[in-house]
Amino acid sequence: MNDIQITPELVAEHGLTSEEYERIVKAMGREPNYTELGIYSVMWSEHCSYKSSRFHLKKLPTEAPWVIQGPGENAGVIDIGDGQAAIFKMESHNHPSYIEPYQGAATGVGGILRDVFTMGARPVANMNALRFGEPDHPKTRHLLAGVVEGIGGYGNCVGVPTVGGETNFDPSYNGNILVNAMTVGLADTDKIFYCAAAGVGNPVVYVGSKTGRDGIHGATMASAEFTEDSEEKRPTVQVGDPFTEKLLIEACLELMATDAIIAIQDMGAAGLTSSSVEMASKGGVGFELDLDKVPQREENMLPYEMMLSESQERMLMVLKPGREEMAQKIFEKWELDFAVIGHITDTGNLTLKFGGEVVGDMPINSLVEDAPEYERPYVPTPKREAVDVAPVNDLNKAVLDLVGGPNLCSRRWIWEQYDHMVMGDTIQRPGGDAAVVRVHGTDKALAISTDVTPRYCYADPVEGGRQAVAETWRNITAVGGTPLAITNCLNFGNPERKDIMGQFVGCLEGMGEACRALDYPIVSGNVSLYNETNGSGILPTPAIGGVGVMKNSDRMATIAFKDEGEAIVLIGETKNELGASLYQREILGEDAGAPPHVDLALERRNGDFVRALIENGQVTTCHDLSDGGLIAALADMAIAGGIGVNVAVDGDLPLHAALFSETQARYLIAADTEVAETIRKEAKDAGIPVEIIGATGGDRLRVNNDAVDIPMSELAKAHTDWMPKFMAKEILTTG
Amino acid sequence: MKSAVIVFPGSNCDRDMAVALEKITGTKPLMVWHQDYDFETVDFIALPGGFSYGDYLRCGAMSARSHVMKEVIKRANDGVPTLGICNGFQILTETGLLPGALMRNANLHFVCKDVAMTVENTDTLFTKDYAGGEEIIIPVAHHDGNYFADDDTLDRLEGEGQVAFKYTSDINGAQRQIAGITNARGNILGMMPHPERMIEPALGGSDGRKLFTSLMNTLN
Repeated sequence: MNDIQITPELVAEHGLTSEEYERIVKAMGREPNYTELGIYSVMWSEHCSYKSSRFHLKKLPTEAPWVIQGPGENAGVIDIGDGQAAIFKMESHNHPSYIEPYQGAATGVGGILRDVFTMGARPVANMNALRFGEPDHPKTRHLLAGVVEGIGGYGNCVGVPTVGGETNFDPSYNGNILVNAMTVGLADTDKIFYCAAAGVGNPVVYVGSKTGRDGIHGATMASAEFTEDSEEKRPTVQVGDPFTEKLLIEACLELMATDAIIAIQDMGAAGLTSSSVEMASKGGVGFELDLDKVPQREENMLPYEMMLSESQERMLMVLKPGREEMAQKIFEKWELDFAVIGHITDTGNLTLKFGGEVVGDMPINSLVEDAPEYERPYVPTPKREAVDVAPVNDLNKAVLDLVGGPNLCSRRWIWEQYDHMVMGDTIQRPGGDAAVVRVHGTDKALAISTDVTPRYCYADPVEGGRQAVAETWRNITAVGGTPLAITNCLNFGNPERKDIMGQFVGCLEGMGEACRALDYPIVSGNVSLYNETNGSGILPTPAIGGVGVMKNSDRMATIAFKDEGEAIVLIGETKNELGASLYQREILGEDAGAPPHVDLALERRNGDFVRALIENGQVTTCHDLSDGGLIAALADMAIAGGIGVNVAVDGDLPLHAALFSETQARYLIAADTEVAETIRKEAKDAGIPVEIIGATGGDRLRVNNDAVDIPMSELAKAHTDWMPKFMAKEILTTG
Repeated sequence: MKSAVIVFPGSNCDRDMAVALEKITGTKPLMVWHQDYDFETVDFIALPGGFSYGDYLRCGAMSARSHVMKEVIKRANDGVPTLGICNGFQILTETGLLPGALMRNANLHFVCKDVAMTVENTDTLFTKDYAGGEEIIIPVAHHDGNYFADDDTLDRLEGEGQVAFKYTSDINGAQRQIAGITNARGNILGMMPHPERMIEPALGGSDGRKLFTSLMNTLN
């Protein structure tokens, strides 16, 4: 197969430009053969090389005293005290999930789990961030059903709880859904594993599943726009086996408890190629691999196929010499393949042997460091002016339409298909502001949230970037957690378009600012570009996954009203900020004006105040205000608690603005009337805008007597029913 | 009370079961890897939930034919109290220790949520501490919990008091809303809901505790 002539057409098929090909020839000092061309093409793909994004990613803040490992490893690592670390990352599996939703989503979960346990962590929680097209698009139902089933099918079997996430709909995702999966794991700080290979002569070991022909060129597919015939790419989607993954987790953790491993790396995108190149490159060594020894699932596999296969559930390790036998026993116990497939060399090259011959020999440096880096031209997104957003006559209908509509309705239909309780430490289940999972055997807990508001990012990327970070911070705060760090998944359109690149640069600027202001660095992440079909891009969607810690998991808040007769306290000032709001889009069918401004100093001040109330035990009911504003938050709390609420809203704002404005840095608290009064005084003394706006009780949601007056039963039904009815094709039947 | 938790490749509620047993009985259970079938004598055997052998072939079918199950079958037939939760229940029906089968949920979706069920028979090793007809909340998490048996078997199970728990509403299509059954002798219980997940308020409730205290009080 290496006899295949390298032609310009073949180079183009590999997603490489002619300039990039010249660069390869220069780096190698000769023409690559077919196998080598394949290897360069995946290593230099957008997906693996971050060639369009690297320049800008470098500007993000990645450090804090509690950060043990920032971006650049398989996942980020933070210190959570007591000798323990939280290890986490979020990753996209957008392109494969659109082509084959079940396997695309399932292997997305599998891949992110491996990124985390590769570093020595036991995975303890899965999260996700999902975006689908408009509900009545003919594919939406099928994609949503398949993705949810795939996430559940994998996570449930592996036995890691899927504890939360977010799901949204927008026409811009009609041809490019987003499936972003996040895993959080726990490890001891002195038992963290990295990928840098070391020790000339040390064995390179392959463990896990056998290698098949699936997923070849997955990374290249993920680096190109979709066209009508993208479905023909179905064979590039990998097939997952969560049972093997479960065995792999246990076997790896068992081996990690010994001191046999020098370096370990999962085989993710670009499989054996990227794992061996990463390990050798980080360690500054060479690798020689004997491909005849690679466990193979199919007959007559060629070096090109073995190196580019993205078969799932595989890992590569460098062991200390003499530990092979002991390690092999562990993998045999778990009925997994174990093969010494090569050794470390001092050549600095990736050398591939097959049938006794050298079939590839490439300088590792050139595969990594010579990869092109583009500072792509961009135009900043024009600023929008603030606009007046019209009121509606029927507020009751507007509230019911929002709370009982696709974007705010209950996601129960989704998360009931995920085992969110396995491992016995989920103390806040899906449906709240953040999921909370205890650190097993301790009083501590992790609070986790995934968020982004693409509407805002589209209207003003800088503001949207700030808001995405701030919202995860606020959600973690609202359950009583101290936010520590984030991971991200940067989903954008084609970076070769100046306006898209402008969105990317703007969002990163806002994110960086928010991370710095909130002491909330980025420790890991992933970039997914070319989310376009026939030239139409998605809304800019920098999904953020935040992780925080709670010292005392008994001190936790949830959104549900707990009792009748409790006072409702609104923390933070409400401004007339209806531009790019959910109300504007869903009720008025418009998208105009500047999105809400994120004042990071206010965000921090208000959040720190609220968190202290939860930590000191004064408050157990809290909800942040976001999509849909004050009224949506009130509805959530009332529905979750099964208790009505009656509030009075006065002041200078028109009523529709007071109810639907999406001003940031706001929280609702419900507390005993005396406690509420104390909180009001404390807030006032701290200069924080605060107002007691009403009380819980009764069986209606009421505002200003009857300005809004909806029976709780009707509200709860609208909220609960939309998604099951939609999925059962009882509504929006055209789709 | 000395307990054993059998661990198959793909079991994933083994730790949850061990935590519950230790918390409630005060004694750490013996964790028995499926290949270590010659395990020491115990007072109680638990088959935990999960996806043993990846649910390949049929849920529980491969485990039911494993070496360790030959030993479990022997001991269960000798009268050792044996509990199968979720995948453990599927294994018990696949071995024939319990009648019937667990089919795919009627709506074809995995379901994970708290469900209400009634304690149908309090005169068993596992249910003594519950009140007759008591309604309890225990979570389910399964794709194949739709209990099926022919009418004669169902009549016999109900007539002989072998139905231990019934859902109060239709959860998965199970015949007669059966959530858990015992064998005729009463020393083997299989159930789809997970009592080990409901043992403290932080997890949403404590209704699962009495199952373990019933056992402990009987055996000690």
